[in-house]
Amino acid sequence: MTTDTTIRPTPEAMLKLAQAEEAQSGQGRLKVFLGYAAGVGKTYAMLEAARERKRDGRDLVIGYVESHGRSETDALLAGLELIPRRELAYAGVLLPEMDLDAILARKPQIVLVDELAHSNVPGCRHEKRWQDVEELLAAGIDVYTTVNIQHFESLNDLVAQITGITVRETVPDRLLDIAFEIKLIDISPEDLLQRLHDGKVYIPDQAAKAIEKFFRPGNLMALRELSLRRTAARVDDQMRAYMETQSIAGPWPTAERLLVCVSGSPFSEQLIRATRRLAEELKAPWHTVYIETPGSDRHTRENRERVWQDLRFAESLGAQVATLTATSVPDAVVEYAARHNVTRIVVGKPSRSRWQELLHPPIVDQIIRRSSSSDVFVVRISSEGQQGRPQQTVQHPPHHAHPFGYPAAALLVAAATLLCGLVSRFLEPTNLVMVYLLAVVVAAVRLGRRPAMLTALLGVLAFDFFFVPPHITFVVADTQYLITFVGLLVVGLVISSLVARSQERADVIRVREIQTASLYYLSRDLAASADIVTVLRAVIRNVEEALNARAVILLSEGERLEQLAASDGLLLDSKEQAVADWAFRNRQPAGCGTDTLVSAGLIYLPLQTPASQLGVLGVRMEDELDYRSTESRRLLDAFATQAAMAIERVQFSHQAEQAQILQARENLERALLNSISHDLRTPLVTVTGVLASLRDEGVHFSETARNELLDTAAGEAERLNRFVGNLLDMTRIEAGAIRLNSELCDIQDLVGCAMAAIKQRVGGRTIQIRLPDDLPMVPLDLVLMTQVLVNLLDNSLKYSPPEGSIEISASFERGWLLLEIADQGPGVPEQDLKRVFDKFYRIPVPEGVGGTGLGLSICKGIVEAHNGTIRAINRAGGGLTMVVRLPLTVRTSRENRQL
Amino acid sequence: MTPETTGENLPRILIIDDEVAIRRFLRTVLSSEEFSLHEAEHGHAGLSVTATIRPDLILLDLGLPDLDGIEVIKRIREWSEVPIIVLSVREHEEDKIAALDAGADDYLTKPFGVGELLARMRASLRRARQLTPEPTFVRDDLEVNLELRRVLVKGQEVQLTPTEYDLLKLFIGQAGKVLTHRHILNKIWGPSHLEQPHVLRVNISNLRRKIEPDPAQPRYITTEPGVGYRLI
Repeated sequence: MTTDTTIRPTPEAMLKLAQAEEAQSGQGRLKVFLGYAAGVGKTYAMLEAARERKRDGRDLVIGYVESHGRSETDALLAGLELIPRRELAYAGVLLPEMDLDAILARKPQIVLVDELAHSNVPGCRHEKRWQDVEELLAAGIDVYTTVNIQHFESLNDLVAQITGITVRETVPDRLLDIAFEIKLIDISPEDLLQRLHDGKVYIPDQAAKAIEKFFRPGNLMALRELSLRRTAARVDDQMRAYMETQSIAGPWPTAERLLVCVSGSPFSEQLIRATRRLAEELKAPWHTVYIETPGSDRHTRENRERVWQDLRFAESLGAQVATLTATSVPDAVVEYAARHNVTRIVVGKPSRSRWQELLHPPIVDQIIRRSSSSDVFVVRISSEGQQGRPQQTVQHPPHHAHPFGYPAAALLVAAATLLCGLVSRFLEPTNLVMVYLLAVVVAAVRLGRRPAMLTALLGVLAFDFFFVPPHITFVVADTQYLITFVGLLVVGLVISSLVARSQERADVIRVREIQTASLYYLSRDLAASADIVTVLRAVIRNVEEALNARAVILLSEGERLEQLAASDGLLLDSKEQAVADWAFRNRQPAGCGTDTLVSAGLIYLPLQTPASQLGVLGVRMEDELDYRSTESRRLLDAFATQAAMAIERVQFSHQAEQAQILQARENLERALLNSISHDLRTPLVTVTGVLASLRDEGVHFSETARNELLDTAAGEAERLNRFVGNLLDMTRIEAGAIRLNSELCDIQDLVGCAMAAIKQRVGGRTIQIRLPDDLPMVPLDLVLMTQVLVNLLDNSLKYSPPEGSIEISASFERGWLLLEIADQGPGVPEQDLKRVFDKFYRIPVPEGVGGTGLGLSICKGIVEAHNGTIRAINRAGGGLTMVVRLPLTVRTSRENRQL
Repeated sequence: MTPETTGENLPRILIIDDEVAIRRFLRTVLSSEEFSLHEAEHGHAGLSVTATIRPDLILLDLGLPDLDGIEVIKRIREWSEVPIIVLSVREHEEDKIAALDAGADDYLTKPFGVGELLARMRASLRRARQLTPEPTFVRDDLEVNLELRRVLVKGQEVQLTPTEYDLLKLFIGQAGKVLTHRHILNKIWGPSHLEQPHVLRVNISNLRRKIEPDPAQPRYITTEPGVGYRLI
């Protein structure tokens, strides 16, 4: 019996493959021509490949290719379609740049974009060309591009070490990761140097010296190895993926997991890069944490900015990032490592003097001592070649920088001295020290750390000078006072440091508290908002208050973005609108303070949730510096998220409401249909029953019985006829198909017609008609108003007792005709007085009444078509009065025509 | 089309209606010694039967399949004055007016009772037979002497304006028949007043106040809403 040796691909592998495929569909493919130095022939190779594609019949254009005047490259350009470059003015010069929009409009299958790491001239949509390439890929266009190995982020410091040259134009590694194809252009360093010699390599004149330094054999060899190694790693990746999906058993990498800790020190960046390289080699996921301790002196704003940047940098390189709060850094690190099954903790060991090591036992040692489940990797960090990352944040002046700190310190000492002078005869000199200490504390609280230190120093001097015998000299008679001096100075310094630090911390907490409070206010306002207008206004108000800025919100309506709410006086012109559009479509922030379209006047954040793309929030800060401040940005991001969720919630609840209404209406219609079919059938039951029995020859009826049956059947048939008529009327009113034939009519005529129509149903009942003689003519549709009167009389006949009388009267009132039909029936409950005019509403009354419930609603429809009103009022002595009001002045007949 | 053997004196009634049920019903109620009945199923047949049989009264349904009922009336009226009673549906006032203006004498709204039908039929036949109008018209408390132009209500003379008198005279001449607004306006006031129905209403109102015992519930001159007036 053979064992089953087929190995199925793991679900994770299949998922990865599926995800990759999904990401690929719709995206363009990136082919990277990778080299290790300028002049290896990347552009040339790219153009050759392009020409072959063109021969195959693919639609290919040149987005941007720099031949630098090399004739062989130029020759390859011939015959390929070139998208003309944009010219942008910068520093008084016209510089050519790739025209991204033209390429997007042209929508070729393939576009050639040289020099992936190039920085765009300000005025372009993106800061970097690789961002342009990403946009092209997102639009479904394939891109061929060239880049040198030293431009990649994770290798940046390595390259700097090797060559001594720091490359400033970097490209994120993920471009290499998502590349569909990497073609390594490799030539031996000897060949390259030969080409340099022959003048075939492009060297910008300014960089001649630097390039010479660059093109040393050792450098070139190292760089070549780097590029070869990277490409090999990529091949290894692909092979592994292939093996996984084809379920080929093989040596799988061990499940490693790395952790690196950032502290805000300038060396964190190197550590992060090193960890990333290690993670790459091991194919392992890696984490980056920042441990925040309350007791440290790390809470300067500068420091926190740096930490924030480091974390973002790590995230951009692919790390999982976390911020922890703990009392002890090593403990927190080790605990995190244990919790996340970290196998290797990466730490850096900068060179420090013994001195410092004694005072502050390095964290590294502590971690090494405490870690049990993880290995600790110590990475060498060099202090040379350390470049400051271009500061994206602005240095805020240190807090409590009192403008006159130092003179004020001196003044404080002077004041203290004066005070001491006053009490010196009553106290020992040593007690006077307390006054100076008090001065130091005041200085620390009010003036800041350094002025406080100055206060301590000056205090000591003043104390010595004025109060230590011999007075008015610095000489000290009793050497014990030296201890006092030292004590005063040390205590003073310590106090000033502690107080200053606690002030700084308090500041930080205050700022953070303000931010949290503003988020709280926003949440609270949003929770209370029930409709979209309130939500938008709440967001704008909170942005204005919390960020000292003005805001505008655009939401998508169909295809376009519509500006729905804005702070006072904030208007977007079409240029700004275009930026907002871009942010919306690309789901990324754009505008001032971002990497894209930086020349805009506002910053635009897309409002989106996992489920929907809602719109864009645009903010114009009052303080220019706030655009780049990480705190403001963080707050803004939080606001945008909240706003998006609130807007989505309102939209969903609106949709739910609509669905509910629709459902209710359908239910009602179904009920009505049932009711109507019942009402239609019931009279027929009687009629068919009567006819059937009369037909039946086996049954014999007396004359009276027969007549009775026939009367009943006739009555029911009449009733059915009326009901059908009512239904038809109602349908026409609803459909708006009522056309008024308005003419001046005599009210007497109207009453007469109505009376004639119901003559049979009146029987012996009393109907009093009271019409004044001087009634003028009234514009109305005689047929329809007769119907109204008939329905009202019918109602009264039905619901009032036979002995009660019904009164019809008419009168005039300031341009209106009042027609009243009053009965002596039971009336209608107060709360139902309005509802009687609803369709199918029937007042619950004793048996035998039976009606359709439509009569009054038909009356209402017709009366309102006349621009009149109809009301039901309970009479004082019992009974109901229906009051119909019709206007005496007729608008143009055209207005009266349609309902 | 079932021609029936008739007696010489019985009035010949032609029923033009495409509904089998209605024809059967009419046949049943009208088949007595009083009338001789003929039927036609559609307009063209109706026209040819009219020409052949030359009926004394036509009951015409407006909703015929082949020819518009109005068209049938117009064609018959080209060469015959035979009374035509139109069977119409409720709410189609425009149809009734059009039919009457085209030459029909009266209309019945479906569903109608036999009593009403017979009354209208008899009235029409009577009108047709009357060649000369009688000099005096009496109805209940109303007495009009057409020769002397005197109107008496309950024996008391009543003064009418010339227009009101002409109106009353017009009605008397067509007693029992419904007259459209247009017809009355045309006849009394002339073609230029066709678009001023309120003139008519005012006069009717005044007339009623003078001759009706209860103007609000007129016994003599009744309103056919949307169509016109009729003197019972």
